Amino acid sequence: MRPENATALVTGASKGIGAAIARALAADGWRVAVNYRGDEAGAKATVEAIEAAGGVAQAFQADVSTENGLLKDVEAALGPVLALVNNAGVARDGLALQLSDDDWDTVIATNLSPAFRLTRDALRPMIKARYGRVVNIASVVGPRANVGQSNYAAAKAGLIGMTKTIAAEVARRGVTVNAVAPGFIATDMTAELATDEIVKAIPARRQGTPEEVAAAVRFLASDDAGYVTGTTLYVDGGMSA
Amino acid sequence: MATVTRENVQKTVYEALPQFGVDESQITDEATFEDLDVDSLDLAELSQIIEDEYGVALKGDDVGKIKTVADAINLVVEKA
Repeated sequence: MRPENATALVTGASKGIGAAIARALAADGWRVAVNYRGDEAGAKATVEAIEAAGGVAQAFQADVSTENGLLKDVEAALGPVLALVNNAGVARDGLALQLSDDDWDTVIATNLSPAFRLTRDALRPMIKARYGRVVNIASVVGPRANVGQSNYAAAKAGLIGMTKTIAAEVARRGVTVNAVAPGFIATDMTAELATDEIVKAIPARRQGTPEEVAAAVRFLASDDAGYVTGTTLYVDGGMSA
Repeated sequence: MATVTRENVQKTVYEALPQFGVDESQITDEATFEDLDVDSLDLAELSQIIEDEYGVALKGDDVGKIKTVADAINLVVEKA
C-alpha cells in the first residue's frame, strides 16, 4: 500500500504530457512536485489546476540536465519522493549526416542522463520505504525508427534499456520501474507535425491526448500495478502494433 | 550522527541484517554474506543505512570485496 503523504516528482511538468501526468497523479492522491525549467507560468497553472481540484502540489524550478539538488528540495518541502516520473525532454532534429555534436549531447543530457541520476537518488527513499514507483516517459521513437531523430531515438531507447535493468535490480524491495511509450500525442512539441498524412499512418486515425498518456502513468504508479515492472506500456493508437 | 566504534557498528549491522530476511540466530562476525544469503542489493542498502547513521560512505569497490560480517564492520571502522 502506498504510504500516506507520498510525494510524486514529475519532471518537465509545466505543460503537455508532463502537466497532464502531474494532474492525474494528484487526482490519485499523490502530493505532486511539478518540476519546470523555464515556463514558470505553465508550472503555476499546473499547480493551480491541481489545487482547484483539491490536490496538493508545488512547483520546483530546476534544469534537470545540469542541476542535482531537485530531489533534496522536493523532499525538504513535501516529503520523500516515492514516485518519480522522468518526463523532461527536448528534441533537436536533423538527419544523422547533419546532426551536430551539440544536438546529440543536448538530447542525451536532457532526455536520458537526468533520468538515471534522479532514479538512482530516488531509489534510496523508495527502498527504505519498501515502496516506490519509477515511470520513464520513453517514446515509440527508439523502439522504431523515425528519420531525423537519431539522437532522440537513442535517448528514448536508452530509457527503455535502463528501465528494464533497474527494475530487475530493485524488484524485491517493492519498487517498480516501468516505461510509457507515447506515440503521436497532441502537444506543443508535435503541433507542426500533425499533417493528415501522419495521422493516417496511425491505426487509430487520430493523435493521442496528454491525458491518455497520463492515465497509463497513473496506473503504473498505483498500488494496482505492484506486480508490473520492467515493462514498456505503449500509448500510441496502435502505431507500434 | 552516531560515533563510529566497533561495538556501535556491529550493533547497527546485526540489527540491519534481519531486514533482508537473515535469521538473527545465524548472525555472527565470522558468518559470510554468501552463507547468510545477503546479496549485492542487500549490501548496497546496508551501506546506505551505515552512511545515514555514521556519515561514512562506502564505495561499490570496497563493498564488493567484503565477505564476512566482520569485514563489513572493519571496513566502516577503517573508513571513519
